[in-house]
Amino acid sequence: MRLIGWAIALAAAGLTPGAANAQASGAPVANAAAIAPTPADNPTAASDATKAQPIVYGTVGHAIPTPGIGEPDGRKGIQEQVTPIGREAVGFHDNILLWVCAIISAIVLGLLLYAMVRFRRGANPTPSRNSHNTLIEVIWTIVPVMVLVGIAIPSIKLLRNQYTPPPADVTVKVTGHQWYWSYDLPDYGVSFDSYMLKEKGDPTLKAGDRYRNDNDGPPLLAADERLVLPAGKVVKFIITADDVIHSFAVPAFWIKQDANPGQLHETWIKVDRPGVYFGQCSELCGARHGFMPIAVEIVPPAQFAQWIAQKGGTMPGSKPAAPDSTGISPVTPAAAPAPATPQPASQPSGNATQPPATNQAATAQN
Amino acid sequence: MSTIPADALKLKEHEAHDAHHDADHKPGFFTRWFMSTNHKDIGTLYLIFAIVAGVIGGGISGIMRWELMEPGIQVLNRAWPIGAGTANFDEWAHHWNVLITAHGLIMVFFMVMPAMIGGFGNWFVPLMIGAPDMAFPRMNNISFWLLIPSFTLLLGSSFVSGGTGLGAGNGWTLYAPLSTSGSAGPAVDMAIFSLHLAGASSILGAINFITTIFNMRAPGMTLHKMPLFVWSVLVTAFLLLLSLPVLAGAITMLLTDRNFGTTFFDASGGGNVVLYQHLFWFFGHPEVYILILPGFGMVSQIVATFSRKPVFGYLGMAYAMVAIGVVGFVVWAHHMFTTGMNVNEKMYFTAATMVIAVPTGVKIFSWIATMWGGSISFETPMLWAIGFIFLFTVGGVTGVVLANGGVDNYMHDTYYVVAHFHYVLSLGAVFAIFGGFYYWLPKMSGRMYNEALGKIHFFLMFIGVNMVFFPMHFLGLDGMPRRIPDYTPAFAYWNKISTIGYMITAAGVAVFFLNLIYTFTMGKKAPNNPWGEGATTLEWTLSSPPPFHQYSTLPKID
Repeated sequence: MRLIGWAIALAAAGLTPGAANAQASGAPVANAAAIAPTPADNPTAASDATKAQPIVYGTVGHAIPTPGIGEPDGRKGIQEQVTPIGREAVGFHDNILLWVCAIISAIVLGLLLYAMVRFRRGANPTPSRNSHNTLIEVIWTIVPVMVLVGIAIPSIKLLRNQYTPPPADVTVKVTGHQWYWSYDLPDYGVSFDSYMLKEKGDPTLKAGDRYRNDNDGPPLLAADERLVLPAGKVVKFIITADDVIHSFAVPAFWIKQDANPGQLHETWIKVDRPGVYFGQCSELCGARHGFMPIAVEIVPPAQFAQWIAQKGGTMPGSKPAAPDSTGISPVTPAAAPAPATPQPASQPSGNATQPPATNQAATAQN
Repeated sequence: MSTIPADALKLKEHEAHDAHHDADHKPGFFTRWFMSTNHKDIGTLYLIFAIVAGVIGGGISGIMRWELMEPGIQVLNRAWPIGAGTANFDEWAHHWNVLITAHGLIMVFFMVMPAMIGGFGNWFVPLMIGAPDMAFPRMNNISFWLLIPSFTLLLGSSFVSGGTGLGAGNGWTLYAPLSTSGSAGPAVDMAIFSLHLAGASSILGAINFITTIFNMRAPGMTLHKMPLFVWSVLVTAFLLLLSLPVLAGAITMLLTDRNFGTTFFDASGGGNVVLYQHLFWFFGHPEVYILILPGFGMVSQIVATFSRKPVFGYLGMAYAMVAIGVVGFVVWAHHMFTTGMNVNEKMYFTAATMVIAVPTGVKIFSWIATMWGGSISFETPMLWAIGFIFLFTVGGVTGVVLANGGVDNYMHDTYYVVAHFHYVLSLGAVFAIFGGFYYWLPKMSGRMYNEALGKIHFFLMFIGVNMVFFPMHFLGLDGMPRRIPDYTPAFAYWNKISTIGYMITAAGVAVFFLNLIYTFTMGKKAPNNPWGEGATTLEWTLSSPPPFHQYSTLPKID
């Protein structure tokens, strides 16, 4: 119901008519790329800019990831969680589930070892014939039931919280393709595709293509275009696919939602900590399933406005260029001056020389 | 059941007649093995088939672990069948998907099921209930022989185009639309036909088991006196009978979507991609109990035998399996927590899934209670059974973690899930199969295996599989998705450990084959009952190996 509701809401807003129709009436599957302007048919200033200029790491869209946050680091546990749901869930997992697992396994192992030693043939040559004990059978049925009820209560609460999103500040439509993601921020007029950054020396890398730098993120996780979102805001993802099933997943946000062709599903995040967070497609989608990462950069709201401007979009507050315009410039929100003097360093040159963008803010928040 | 005495009388006449010739006359080689109607011979065929398939499926996992040992693509670019053998990246990546698909399908449909149900079920259900054979011996034969073309189709599918490259690369779940519009070429059609045949084979087998168990028990063998292995096969047969037709329907719809323009799973024609998943998992979840329930039965027999005690809480054990079977049908969507179901559905499937932990816990505790107060000896089968109990518990508790819809959001489709289901299958079902194999090998072959080799096999595999699969929990919690041929370097350490574990496991399996060779060449002759007073089921009253036709005079159970 929620899903159809959203489809209708979106249709009403005229955002994704094709997709909404597909869900509601079984019309041909919406190909998001066909509806949303892609950089190819509607080149934006930003994509030209990235081609023309060297990338300045540390600026919006190119924040330098913090090792160990928002990306795997070989640890033996769950990634650092940065959303309220993630923190609730990781608390439930680490404080309840993990202990239940450990204690039950330890009890079973302990009983087994004790029985193996105490009742080995050498120690106990005559077996007992005892094969019933109603009391103990009732106990080992009832106690697990109580343990499970104890698990179920926080579990159901977690589900309820996951499915009770606060009103959304920003809505992003995410479309999975073989094998890349495309993102539409319809309220801002921003649409783009996001591909994995290949390694230097990759034989499939075309001449002149950008290859991955460590400041982009870890191998196989770094994407050429990050989805940039504002910190502290509730972001709603509307997720679909246009060919086969993909799954939009960012572990640090505790989200994973299958992208089903012909359907729209939603999930949401609210991240306070600016930084870069990586995820990977999580539903087998063909040959390059392992090579369509998700890279989300959370920035302070002012920088978000700057990014929107870079991408050729407009913040909802500022009117788009219209005939009755009173002269307000459609772009450049005042708070977000683009880096006027492009830093020559497109290579890692130490955070200190970079503008104190998201990376610095991130460390501060930590 | 009132007809049994009459049958018994007839059999007696036959016996008198046969006595003039040869009480144990076996047909010639071709007739015996290719036109077999003898449940023991068919069981042997199934076991050989399962071993062959297990070697192939295990070899495929070896290629996978080899590739995953280090970041980067090192193996998929090699010559076929190890790799795709070309310079095209997409074909390498597709080859990976073919490997994971084949590994899953082979292990589920051509290794575990034939070994447990076809192999041990055929061999020991009639022996344990005191029946001369299965109810429908010829149907039994076709059940087995359907598997041969089925397996051939599956293996053959890797020689034909599956879209991006050779072979079907959709994962064993064959999710639409990747398996329909996403995979051109005949490979997926062949894989679907393969599943049709395997399914038909299993349905026929299930009918046979149900009929046999309901109608051919020896006088006095009431349902509540049946050995727990027979109970487990009975429950399994019902699960097969009820779930496989749903799979058959679902994959038939895949076929028509692929070839005849229907749109069951295509939204552009009014279909729904999630519908396939519901149908698949309505089969798929009972399927995982099909894979483990006979193992429960075998472990019960083994634990009781080597503890020299009757099974603790027999009725609780039997009805726990029935409960697992029933509840197993109403929890399927916990495999689909990320498909976008609504919150009430998620809450229901969370709660229902956790319910299964209760009867499973009853079984675990009852096995320990069976050992409690016993006089336990640690022959090889008992080691496997104890290993099973512990490792299945570990797999079970991670199952409780995954049952929580809100938590599964994080774990779904990561290596945590891979670790979970390999703990219950690769360390659960496979341990049970090896336990059962060592337990009954003296009965089936008439020769004793080598105890030392058996123990070396156990310990190598115990260490090996734990090294393979325990680190996968860490990988999953750190966010490594399933079904990827390459990973970011942060995952390298635990993947390397896992691959080293695979090598140890493979060494263990090599010892198993040495032991098999030993048994058939140098093994001591097995007595009727090599396990002593704890082995109380009927098969131990027969010679080892049992006569070609047994129970000419039906045994009476008091």
